[in-house]
Parts: sequence; C-alpha cells; structure tokens
Amino acid sequence: MSLILKARALGKKYRRRWALSNCTLDVPTGRVVGLVGPNGAGKSTLLNLASGMLTPTSGDIEVCGGRPASGTAQLAKVGFVAQDTPTYAGLTIGEHLRLGDRLNPGWDAALAERRIRRLGLDPRQRAGRLSGGQRAQLALTLGIAKRPELLILDEPVAALDPLARREFMRDLTDAVAEHGLSVVLSSHLVSDLERVCDHLIVLVDSRVQAAGDVDALLATHHRFTGTRRDPAGLPADHHVVSVHHNGRDTTLLVRADAPVDDPAWTVSRPDLEDVVLAYLGRPATDGHSPRSALEALR
Amino acid sequence: MIWLTWRQLRTQAGATYALLAVLAVILATTGSQLLHLYETAGADFLTRLTEADNSLYLVGALAVMALSALIGMFWGAPLITRELDAGTHRLVWNQSVTRTRWLITKLGLTGLAAMAAAGALSLAVSWWAGPIDATADGSSVLAGFYFPRLSPLMFDARGVAPIGHAAFAFTLGVTLGVLIRRTLPAMIVTLVAFITVQVAVPLWVRPALIAPARLTTPISAANFRLWDGENVKVLIDKPGAWTIGQHTVDAAGRSVAAPSWIPDCLGQVRAELDTGCLDRLGRLGYRQLVSYQPAGRFWTFQWYELGIFLALAVLLALFCAWWIRRHVS
Repeated sequence: MSLILKARALGKKYRRRWALSNCTLDVPTGRVVGLVGPNGAGKSTLLNLASGMLTPTSGDIEVCGGRPASGTAQLAKVGFVAQDTPTYAGLTIGEHLRLGDRLNPGWDAALAERRIRRLGLDPRQRAGRLSGGQRAQLALTLGIAKRPELLILDEPVAALDPLARREFMRDLTDAVAEHGLSVVLSSHLVSDLERVCDHLIVLVDSRVQAAGDVDALLATHHRFTGTRRDPAGLPADHHVVSVHHNGRDTTLLVRADAPVDDPAWTVSRPDLEDVVLAYLGRPATDGHSPRSALEALR
Repeated sequence: MIWLTWRQLRTQAGATYALLAVLAVILATTGSQLLHLYETAGADFLTRLTEADNSLYLVGALAVMALSALIGMFWGAPLITRELDAGTHRLVWNQSVTRTRWLITKLGLTGLAAMAAAGALSLAVSWWAGPIDATADGSSVLAGFYFPRLSPLMFDARGVAPIGHAAFAFTLGVTLGVLIRRTLPAMIVTLVAFITVQVAVPLWVRPALIAPARLTTPISAANFRLWDGENVKVLIDKPGAWTIGQHTVDAAGRSVAAPSWIPDCLGQVRAELDTGCLDRLGRLGYRQLVSYQPAGRFWTFQWYELGIFLALAVLLALFCAWWIRRHVS
C-alpha cells in the first residue's frame, strides 16, 4: 500500500502544552480519508503539520514523499483548505483565480472558471460579500484548481449550515471522482464524513484508535446485545471496543472478522457512527495520557 | 507574487502618490517663482518672501517628515497583521510559493514603493526650498523662522535621509504589527516608536557621528544670543553650522559658570541690553567654547543617516522573517 502521508512519533508543542504527541499514522494514496476525533484530539494540528503551516517539535512527517512546505515543488503537490476557509475579503472571485494562476505552476484555469460558473458565482463579486458556503466553495476551488496530489481540508464545513454542508460535500465528491486526487479531511462529525470518505481514521489524544476502509470497518464490527453479563466469555479473536449496560441488558461493540454464533447474543450491524463513537468513548490505548487529564490541562 | 503584492498595495499607494502629485504640482509652480525672486532680490530675499511661501516652507518640511510616519502606520503595520487577522496567510502560504519568497516580495516591493515616495517628495521639497536653504544660514534676523538645513529641525526634511526614514518606518511598522498581531494598536505603537527614534537620533546619535569642530570665541555684544538662566549663549560666525554645545571658559581655559553678577547685569529688558556687562566679560578673559558641525558636512551626515536607517530596516526585515518562521502559523 503506497502512502501519501506518513507520520512517525510526530509531536507539536505550544509553550508547555502538547497539541499533538507521539502520533504515528499512515494515510494510503488515492483515497478520500476522513480524520475524525473529538475536539482537542490533535486533528487540526496534524493537518497543519502535514501542510507545513506548522513545523514539528518532534518526530517526522512525510507528505507526497517529501517534507511539508520544503519548497515550491512540495507546496505544489499539496493543497490545503484551512479551517474557516479564509479568503481575501477585498479581492474579487476573479482576482482569487488570478492569484491562483500567478502563484501555482500547475494551475488549471479552465477548471477553476468552470467550477465558479457552475456554482453560479459572479467573478466580479468580492469574496467579503460571499456567504460562508460560497466562501468555502471558493477556497475549495483554489485548492482543487492547483491540481495537487493531496488535498487537505481542515474542518471545511464546521461553520456551514446543514444545506451548505451537504452541497460542499457533494461537490467535493464530484471533484475527487473527476480528478482522482487523494484527500484528507477532518471533522468531529461522522455524518459529515460518511457520505464522502472511503477510508476513516479515528484519532483520540494523538493516537489512532481505528483506521481502515469504511467497508472493512463496517464488515469487522458487530453489535452484540444480550442479557446483562460479563463480556469475558467471548472468543479471543473478539476485541470488545465498548460495553454498555442498560438495565438488564448489555450491548457490546466488538471487532472480529466473523462474529461467533452464540445464542446468548443477538448480533447486528452497527452503522459507521456507532463504530466511531465506540472508539471515541475509549481512553487512549497506551494509557499515557487519558483524555480527562488532557482536558484538565486545557 | 508581484501581482498580488501590487494588488494589495494599490489602494494605499494610489492615495499616497496622488497626494504627492498634487503637492509636486504646487511646489513646481511656486518653486520657479521663488527661484526667480532669489536671483533678482539679492540680500533681502528672505524678507520679500510672501505669507504663502512661508506656509509652503513649513508644509513641505512637515510633509516629508510626516510621510515616513504615515507609511509606517498605514503601509507597514497592516501589511502582514491584516493577513494574520483574516487568516489569509493560510491561503497564500499554501499556494506554490515559499514563505520566504512571499515575505521578500511583499517587503521588497512595498518597501521600494515607500522609499520612492519619500525620495520623490524630499527631492521636490529640497529643490523648492533650495533658495531659502542657501540664504538661511542661521545668522540673519529671520534665523528664528528659517532654519539651516543642517539644523535638527530641517535635516529630516531634506536630501536623501527621508528615504532611509521611510524604509525604517515601514519595516518598523511591519515588525510591530507581527509582534502585536493587532492592526490598530500596532499602528499607534509604530507612530510613537518612530517619533521617539526621530527625536532621539538628532539629540544623541547624529551629533556623535562625526567628531564636532570646536572654536573659542570672545563674548561680545555683537555675538551675544541669549542668557538661558545659567549660561551665556553666543552665535558663531559659521554660516549654516549646527551648534551642538557651548560653555563659558575663563582666561585659563577652564570651564566655569558665568560670574554671579551677570544675571543682574543682563536682567533688563532685552532692547536696552547693557553692552557694558558683556564687554566686561570679555575684558576679564571669559570666552565661549563652542562645538559645532560645519555646514559643509550636510551631505556626509545625509549619507550616514541614509545608511544607518537602511541598515536598521534590513535588520528589522530579517527579524521579521525569523519571527514569522518561528512563531506564526
């Protein structure tokens, strides 16, 4: 599996607080990867490190085979749509496209203009007068028309209303299908990601809790429901991700290639959100930095 | 990157250059009349200047000095701070342009435009005031109004020094903007810091750039200028010189305070100045030791000043580059 992004023991420290520590993660090439995790998990820091906006305090990160932002060629390979999708309020849409044209050797002017036309935007309009959704679309256009190998989007829809979210995500899906680029996009909402992503990485406290293609994640996770009991009796290849006791019932989320056929349990298919939430509710695997401790520091 | 820098500079630069153009037209039309008067009027040139000429003389000088401060505030402070405020640095740093090239183009181009504006204005004002500067040597009756161009009051509004001031004010604004991270406070701090430097340099730095010349002169009614409450001050017969300091010495050359009878003797209405007491000082061997910078050093000081401020501007730009690399994301 070729990797578009590879992080090894990656860390970033602000004054005394580690925003990301000892993070090791692989992102496969040619996928639309959703990076999901609670606020403060280090998603934004990780993506900013990948784009070269930040430099790591420790560890290594390699993106498209190079060190992030190490030069013009590397910058041309990675597109980054920052959080809140900033644009120049005083510049028109047309001037933004001209900016992209002037600053990127691989700029696809026809693509950019086509996108703006299709979105129904007037090139003479100033970016400062656009709605949040339109501004996000403009930022996305700049990211795509640059024709990067990897497009990184940091919470691109966090500030948008549900309708604009849906439109943005649909548009992103179309663009990905058309140009076949790799995408990493973060969100703390699974519902934003499940329509677009074919690969998911769950990040909690700088640690990858689960990673894999969405199909595989869904195929290997099972919900076990039964009368209240200790889950210890399950076979060894069954990893219990979460346990919920509800009155006289127990609900487990279990990772296993094939669920055991045990009449004591009713096995059903969880949806993607169930799987992700099960991992989000768990403390970090290595136990170094339980979530509660991190929250207390902030 | 050049296009983007120009696009972002366009409004401020357009306004500044338009104002300068208006001022240049006024200076050009009145300047030729002034030159004609200078060539025909002879010795009483200064007394024949009109009210309008006097106003322009002051306005021109103030404009040169104010331009650098305004450039620092309105071109320098917002240059990068505005981007950090709006987060647009995250947009532009993710195009295929390195941060270093982005900063060099932005600082270089905007800085050059600032220096060109200051240079053009100073050139126009220096040319206009040329006849006055040539006549106002600090010795005439109008010495209180027309200052020699080497004097601290005029030096910053003449020659090439304003180019250095503009470059410095600009990078100072950029640096303070990046450090403070908020545009309005950065603009105010830039103004205060720039004025502080402009006051401190003629007081402490410029006089020491070249060791001052010294002369000892007898005190007489002819060269007496004023009594400042503690010491006698005299005028020296060095046209256009910048007097840096003076004190009274006795016959043996020792630095002394003025004799105690001087205040009483001089403490009369200036119009009825008792020349006798000044002559008595002279008879007792009191003389005045004066340190000064001769008028001929004007251009040497101008080039020194330009060099110093350009060097400061480069240092500030390097600091900015380092700071942005290290602390901004």
